Amino acid sequence: MSDSGYGMNWLTDYVRPKLNSLFSRRDMPENLWRKCDNCGQMIFHRELSEALHVCSNCNHHMQISPRERFNALFDGGAWIETPLADAPADPLKFRDQKRYPDRIREARANTGEHEAMLVARGEISGLTTVAACQNFAFLAGSMGMAVGDALLAAADAAVAAKAPLVVFCAAGGARMQEGILSLMQMPRTTIAAQTVAEAGLPFVTVLTNPTTGGVTASYAMLGDVQIAEPGALICFAGPRVIEQTIGEKLPEGFQRSEYLHEHGMLDRVTHRHAMRDELAVILRMLMRAPRRITGDLPAPEAQAADAARAG
Amino acid sequence: MRHYLDFEKGLAELEGKAAELRALAARNPAMDVRDEAAQLDAKSRKMLGELYATLDPWAKCQIARHPDRPRALDMIEALFDEFTPLAGDRAFAEDAAVVGGLARFQDRPVVVLGHEKGRDTRSRLTRNFGMARPEGYRKAVRLMRLADKFGLAVITLIDTPGAYPGKGAEERGQAEAIARATEACLALGQPLVSVVIGEGGSGGAVAFATANRVAMLEHAVYSVISPEGCASILWKDADKMREAAAALRLTAQDLMKLGVIDRIVPEPLGGAQRAPLEAIAETGRAVAAMLADLDGKDAAALRADRRRKYLEMGRKTLG
Ligand SMILES: [Zn+2]
Repeated sequence: MSDSGYGMNWLTDYVRPKLNSLFSRRDMPENLWRKCDNCGQMIFHRELSEALHVCSNCNHHMQISPRERFNALFDGGAWIETPLADAPADPLKFRDQKRYPDRIREARANTGEHEAMLVARGEISGLTTVAACQNFAFLAGSMGMAVGDALLAAADAAVAAKAPLVVFCAAGGARMQEGILSLMQMPRTTIAAQTVAEAGLPFVTVLTNPTTGGVTASYAMLGDVQIAEPGALICFAGPRVIEQTIGEKLPEGFQRSEYLHEHGMLDRVTHRHAMRDELAVILRMLMRAPRRITGDLPAPEAQAADAARAG
Repeated sequence: MRHYLDFEKGLAELEGKAAELRALAARNPAMDVRDEAAQLDAKSRKMLGELYATLDPWAKCQIARHPDRPRALDMIEALFDEFTPLAGDRAFAEDAAVVGGLARFQDRPVVVLGHEKGRDTRSRLTRNFGMARPEGYRKAVRLMRLADKFGLAVITLIDTPGAYPGKGAEERGQAEAIARATEACLALGQPLVSVVIGEGGSGGAVAFATANRVAMLEHAVYSVISPEGCASILWKDADKMREAAAALRLTAQDLMKLGVIDRIVPEPLGGAQRAPLEAIAETGRAVAAMLADLDGKDAAALRADRRRKYLEMGRKTLG
């Protein structure tokens, strides 16, 4: 579960999506550079965001916010956010070095989001699709009641729209501050996957860096088709915990997308820039829809997405 | 030789003294120590009562891991007849950390499944301390399907520190194996009842315990992460496991309030490790009651009952 070793420190060197909501592209500070966590290359923020947070130098796939993901996924960058009900706040009255409600407050302030999963409906190559996306910037995307509820809502939305469900996974594991209730999201999210399956609709999971712990051991591994982004860490037990247990160094690339693909755990490893087209092709076939119209719809415009969000 | 836990030190001294006294008397028939020994017994009994009336969550974790607690196989041997172990996942291996097979529970044929931690060094190594590998979950899925096909109820006994954090287990897809086992629990068209008899460790436990009815032994624990693991991540200090154990709310009593479990199985004074047969008998009564609860429900009703239970979870919180 959350023993994957992912601490909250992953958040500190991540350019917070709050910036995206605070500044429109026009008044984005021109001197905002971002260092690639893999190769160290300095990349201009705007360039990086246009490249969907893929390093132009080494192809490293960095974290991307759910809103940016949806903008890139849906035709014309237009999508409708599925409203989500509030999950019980702090059910255990959990306190470690900080109070859990304070951690939540901070995460909300830093991301401008209410919780760690967003759900949206839009069209991919003309096919109505529901997508859920985990937000690693929000408490490491960790799965608590809110994430479980969000996925259940996404499943219901997919069934209601007779549409496929695509889930973008990214999580350091369980939301430890919700204790046993975070563990109970494993069966709850499995029910979400079953709900979609029973309606005869496709359930496709996209595993991004990192997908770990209880998230991997539930919906992430229950896809009709499972696709990973390149180089993503995908595991149940994290590499640090394994190294401590077996007392040896793990080989290069262990528990990365390509390794899991080789070991039969994933259908495909797909570059983020190719993901939308690939999903379109797969979903249309699974839905027995005619071949998509060639010649792409215009690249998602931030303005269009903003307009869709405002509307 | 009784194995004493850290918080039982005072008790160990008292009981040691009484034992010494009796040994001395055995060697010197002239000595009459009955009164003195009886006094010590009364004192240790009182201390035992006090200790076990005020256990903190970390003490419960230690009890749940106690080497003398009844294991899944002890339970199966005592509560079931004609136990016929069935082995293997039909793909890679047999996993000795997961025991399972056909058996009769009060004459009724069932499938029984459990984590087995082992009793001595050798069997603990064979059983991998009750930490299943992917094959264990896949075997469980196979046995649940068998139960479904032949209309047998499934009884699972949960006692695991968690999934095995090993290289091979990850290579062979333990995440997928756990997900499929949880899915199989939810898809089962027969009654599924679980008892957490010792440690309910994270995904390894949930994979077998997504049941219609879940009971926990009085001093068992069930958690998303071990207190040690939680302490090292959230407190950055593994020695804060006492604080983490309290914060995680992993006791049967808290889980009952949260609506995660349905029943607490009382343990004898001083815990199941002091009188395993009593604890086993109580467990048997709980299993029978939980099965009776589900009598007359058809496959669809059983699945709906299970689904409702998990969907409703989280409505009850600790105020
Ligand atoms: Zn790079």
